Amino acid sequence: MSATNGYRGFSPGRIFALARNTVTELVRQRVFYFLLLFALLLIGASVILIRFSFQDQFQMLKDISLGAMSIFSSLIAVLATAAMLPKDIEDRTIHTILAKPVPRYEYVLGRFLGIAALLALALVLMGLVFALVLAVREQAVETETLVELRALGGDAVAARIGELRASVFNPNLLAGLSLIYAKACVLAALTLLVSTFASSSIYTLLLMAMVYFIGHFQATAREYWQASSEAGGSALAKVFLALVSIVFPDLQIFNLVDEIVVGLAVPPALLGRTLALGGFYIAIYLCAAHFVFAQKEL
Amino acid sequence: MSAAAALTAAPGRRHFRRFARLLLAAGLILGFGFARVSWETELTIAQRQAGFGGSPLGLDLRDRLGQTGFLAALSGFRGIVADILCIQAYAAWERVEWGRMNGLFQSATTLQPKSVFIWDLAGWHMAYNASRAAREDTRQPREALRIRAERQYAVIGRDFLERGLQHNPTAPVLYANLGAILRDKLGDPVAASRVFEKGARQPGAPGYLKRFAAYALAQAPGHEREAQAKLRALYDLDPKEHLPTLLRELRRLEEKLSLPAEQRIYKP
Repeated sequence: MSATNGYRGFSPGRIFALARNTVTELVRQRVFYFLLLFALLLIGASVILIRFSFQDQFQMLKDISLGAMSIFSSLIAVLATAAMLPKDIEDRTIHTILAKPVPRYEYVLGRFLGIAALLALALVLMGLVFALVLAVREQAVETETLVELRALGGDAVAARIGELRASVFNPNLLAGLSLIYAKACVLAALTLLVSTFASSSIYTLLLMAMVYFIGHFQATAREYWQASSEAGGSALAKVFLALVSIVFPDLQIFNLVDEIVVGLAVPPALLGRTLALGGFYIAIYLCAAHFVFAQKEL
Repeated sequence: MSAAAALTAAPGRRHFRRFARLLLAAGLILGFGFARVSWETELTIAQRQAGFGGSPLGLDLRDRLGQTGFLAALSGFRGIVADILCIQAYAAWERVEWGRMNGLFQSATTLQPKSVFIWDLAGWHMAYNASRAAREDTRQPREALRIRAERQYAVIGRDFLERGLQHNPTAPVLYANLGAILRDKLGDPVAASRVFEKGARQPGAPGYLKRFAAYALAQAPGHEREAQAKLRALYDLDPKEHLPTLLRELRRLEEKLSLPAEQRIYKP
């Protein structure tokens, strides 16, 4: 089609339409049912943790919530993305889309942005459930504290309530959420790349499960590789460690949540560098996905 | 060339193009892989310097956690695994299984060394609950052995708090509890006073730590003059410090040191 027909090689409108369509399709597949599980997990945890002091129970609740958010967002990223391309091929939707014509890179980008939007929506919803459970627990503990300290003066009660509120919400949790989101987006981009050459969604899932676990050991492999380069060691081991370090993403680098929950603040520069690395991962994986998908016979 | 045009091209050329594209994708991944190694190494170092990343997990922890727990800890869920271990330790406390509780807290603190509350909880359970239970253990008829066991558990509690302070040197609650163990369970008021004093210098430290430092020293034979000076400094600092214990201790020390009248709060 020529440019005289008004056809543009790159259209944000088409990409947006694909992204919106991706979100709609996934919402219709009831991916948000996991929220029910998430809410049950948090409510259950908050009941079990009542036996601990309020600082302890809030920290544990935050640990469990952010851990669950990390698991669920990674699962959605991998499961939803792995099924997308094979489903489009099986339903022949892909022929309809690409015959529009939509360039293949727009298809890759649109699908990825749809998943990224869905992940953002999922994290916002989980964040709201988390905030609600925390607020309910905080109210309950605050009431108990007021009853217990009724006999003491106003200053002591105010100090205790201040201490309680400080232990509930920590603005650094938002930095933790952004890192969870970045990790899930990296996983989604990588899953999209794998699904462009994988023969089935099962194959993609198995490969991604392997990538997920090895990705958390990548930093260890990289350190051993660098140490063995300096101190010597077997050539075979060096090649193996180098391959793991170069091919697999370092997923552990996004796991700062454990320390954030206990009150450690992430310096903005460090957060920015970590998110920038995530952005580069996504860009490279999407480019590679385009190169493979552009020549894929459909 | 579009996908439709590629399909109409000669099969050999099409295969070559396909292969070239795959090579390009692989090259991109490998090239980025090489480029990011130094970036990731620097970033990991920066994260560790900022206190992130935790301690390296050894094989002894793998034995204690089991394969699933160890894998979960390595997969970015150290916090959750540590919390589960704390809940199990709580259950072990309810069942009076002190050895198991100690092991669970050792694992939990290894997984989450930056979590002040786990060190605090571990130190308190070992130094007070386990220690007291050992002292009152009716299965042990010999009192000397019961006293020894009591002290051993108090030492374990002290060790937890000392290791906790290595990882969290600005946590006043750990200083407060370590000082209390040294004073009440291990009978070392001088060391307790030093710990309380160090804790009082930390940001956000409660005001009572300064008083505790002086009170502990007041109980140490041979340190009466130093203790009196500390108590007097607190007395002069703020009328809010004129608390009954402080006044009582000050009076006792003034009498014991036979201070001249002009140096006393209470004139003879």
